[in-house]
Amino acid sequence: MISTYISGDSWLHRLPAGWKLIGLCIFTMVLFPVESPAIAASGFLAALALFTVVGREGYRRLLALRSVLYLLVFLLIFHVLAGTLTSGIVAVFRLMTMVVLATLVTFTTRMEDMLDALNPVLTPLNFIGISSRRIALAIALVIRFTPFLIALADELGSAFKARTGKRGGVRLTAPFAVLALRTADHVSDALAARGGADGFDNIDEVGEGNTPNDQ
Amino acid sequence: MTNDRMLVYVSFYAALIAALGLFPLFNIPFLGGVPITAQTLGVMLAGVMLGPVRGAVAVVLFLFLVAIGAPLLAGGRGGLGIFAGPSAGFLIGWPVGAFIAGGLMRQMKERSVIVSAGVSAAIGGIGVVYLFGIPGLMLLADLSFGQAAFGSLVYIPGDLIKVALTAVIAQSVARGLPSALVSRV
Repeated sequence: MISTYISGDSWLHRLPAGWKLIGLCIFTMVLFPVESPAIAASGFLAALALFTVVGREGYRRLLALRSVLYLLVFLLIFHVLAGTLTSGIVAVFRLMTMVVLATLVTFTTRMEDMLDALNPVLTPLNFIGISSRRIALAIALVIRFTPFLIALADELGSAFKARTGKRGGVRLTAPFAVLALRTADHVSDALAARGGADGFDNIDEVGEGNTPNDQ
Repeated sequence: MTNDRMLVYVSFYAALIAALGLFPLFNIPFLGGVPITAQTLGVMLAGVMLGPVRGAVAVVLFLFLVAIGAPLLAGGRGGLGIFAGPSAGFLIGWPVGAFIAGGLMRQMKERSVIVSAGVSAAIGGIGVVYLFGIPGLMLLADLSFGQAAFGSLVYIPGDLIKVALTAVIAQSVARGLPSALVSRV
């Protein structure tokens, strides 16, 4: 699957993911109470300057976040109408700084590294029966299901068009839902046939004795 | 329902939310490009179909993938930056909305699927999501309640379409594949 990571070898790339996350948290907390437009603006410029570590590709990809920008324009208009221009400017710069910095962390950290860094946070979930193995399997399933669902919708749409010459639209939601859910059932049957999410080796450990070797 | 089947279903709905973002169902370029995405349809469906806890877990799984950098939000957005943006409140409202929608669906067991799915999706998917989204906008963007609420009005017509779709889909699944309507089994 495509990821938002931009490969590189800068100091920010080499910095452990956990440090980057902690740094981001601290910076956000420091930035939040700022009320002077000058400080907010310089924070934003500093964040942009930091972006040089991911090079031109980073700036180009940053432009993909345009939709946030539209929102910010409206935000500013609201503030102008309410006569609170200064706090509007601060809010816009603060939001942009936070978005840029958080995006920078994402651009310089591989998804695997991010997962590893989050492992200590996820470990307590073990106690309520959500093992890291289950989380990994769930992530893999999401990554596999997503393109499947898009392909299924395309397929149903093309078939409908071939039959009628029209676009299926909303009419296709019911067959889509039933077909897609049936596939999910097949996947869970296949998973069960392979020993379930915890696999056969786990049954071994429990000592239920029902392993293939016994036969 | 076995645990493994639930794992698959939870992943399925997380993937559905992702697919709805990539698949332009009604991504109307409204108001200078703020997209009206179909992704909240996935949130409503997760709650209505899976019930409270599993529905919320499906949404959390999706948001987790986005947070660690998967570009699965509408328009190929992803990463931590999204949770720092002005619409972060809405994203936090998603799993809570799915939870409430699932709980209501379960409460209304006596009523027809189409009615209870519609009501659950409207309260969970619109009411609860905005309950988080509007204060989020106020806090992150320094807006007054009136401004934030007015700004959010743009999305209401799209949301109502999604509520109707959720009701219709729940009804067709109840007929075509009743075992998949987990909130009711």
